[in-house]
Amino acid sequence: MSEGERKRPDEREDDVSAASAGEQRTGALEDGVSAVNIGERRSGAPEDGGSAVSAGEKRTEAPEAGAAATGAGTSRPEAAETAADGARTEPAAPARRKETEEEKAARRKAALEAREAAKAAKAAAAAQDAAAQAGSPGAAQAGPQAASPGAASAGPAGAAAETNEPPPKPPSPNQPRLDRAVQLLRELVADDAVESASINEANDHLPTLVVRKERWLQAAKLFRSHEELNANYLRNVTGVDYETHMEVVYHLLSLDSGHNYAIKVRTDRDRPSVPSVTPVWETANWNEREIYDLLGIDFPGHPDLRRIMMPDDWEGHPLRKDYVPLDPEV
Amino acid sequence: MEFDLASVSPEDIRELERNVFIGSLETLKGWVRSNSLWPLTFGLACCAIEMMAAGAPHYDLDRFGVMFRTSPRQADVMIVSGTVTKKMGPLLRRLYDQMPEPKWVIAMGSCATAGGPYVKSYSVIKGVDQIVPVDVYIPGCPPNPAALIYGINKLQEKIRYEARTGKRVTSG
Repeated sequence: MSEGERKRPDEREDDVSAASAGEQRTGALEDGVSAVNIGERRSGAPEDGGSAVSAGEKRTEAPEAGAAATGAGTSRPEAAETAADGARTEPAAPARRKETEEEKAARRKAALEAREAAKAAKAAAAAQDAAAQAGSPGAAQAGPQAASPGAASAGPAGAAAETNEPPPKPPSPNQPRLDRAVQLLRELVADDAVESASINEANDHLPTLVVRKERWLQAAKLFRSHEELNANYLRNVTGVDYETHMEVVYHLLSLDSGHNYAIKVRTDRDRPSVPSVTPVWETANWNEREIYDLLGIDFPGHPDLRRIMMPDDWEGHPLRKDYVPLDPEV
Repeated sequence: MEFDLASVSPEDIRELERNVFIGSLETLKGWVRSNSLWPLTFGLACCAIEMMAAGAPHYDLDRFGVMFRTSPRQADVMIVSGTVTKKMGPLLRRLYDQMPEPKWVIAMGSCATAGGPYVKSYSVIKGVDQIVPVDVYIPGCPPNPAALIYGINKLQEKIRYEARTGKRVTSG
């Protein structure tokens, strides 16, 4: 991962101080002495606020953070907690470097406090809570949004506390886009339109949404027509047989912005059916015919749903996991 | 018309011996046919690429009288160059039926011979000989142009042999 990429997610947290924090960070990366450097700058620039400090901490603890981040399953409370910790360290930060033992004890204490605080915040914010319980999308969405207000509120409260909590895995550069898409779908389609949302990091941080089948046609129209999403190109449609359920995967691209999205729509296996998006993207026509042909997923709304690869009189759907050929030749 | 050999001068006899061949009409037909094998332009998979290479100037199938025709009505040999799926099978058979007699089939490559790597596939015909009679099988995946030329030579041999002897090389 390049330096720039690693930096970007951090910057999102500290809105105002992004520029100055960025400077500090580059300094930190360039030379080992820079820890002092950071401390100096920090004390010299109080208006940077807690976020800059937390950024500095993150930088110095980069290896540790990496190790922690591989744990990956950063749940929402933890995220809030670390953010709060970061804010808490702010005033005491310059002193921190001298007394590491004290600092550690304080950090533990702060972590505990932060956990309590996170719990309280969680209970209070019902909407965020609901989002968080929805699973990874909740975590994804609530993470940045909930964290910054949490940090802001916890900042003054935990002023005395001192923490050195390993920061969470830096959010993906595409996280804001994913969050925005989820938000739009929830606002403009339906509250329950998105089942889950995640970043597919292995696939170039591809924002991936699981959309409820009943809402998919509406969601597709939104993706196509909304000026922010503007996914005017359907790159590929494919079907997957998971044996427990079937899934149709859509890869969308906005030709104007170059943004990619992956949409997954799940359906049950006995009578698989997903609304056709051929009226939305004409190109889905043959893709859906292929999925129908090979997996037997029905696409209500398709203008001409018949086999495309197998002969018209073929029995069964060959790519289903339980497919048994009629003629056991050779 | 009378033809008296006694009245032919020795010079004429020498001349005739030098220039006249005697054989059966069948042999002549076999010779002619084997040197003007016109295959149907018909490619199914990667073997077709090799077949095209064989037709291109470097290997130059034209020098054997092999010229690809774009209509089954004008073709007398079908080179099945590639994988035949179950969906393609009936179409291949129809093309074969549209070719005028006499006609021959070359199964080029392991797919057309026996299904090749797709032998366990649900959708591939395991050997084109299940739908049309095959005269020559060319192994390879894909066979290179030289192998195809060898196969065509074998077919020519077979045509001449059958014309000369009246026997059938294969029962197909």
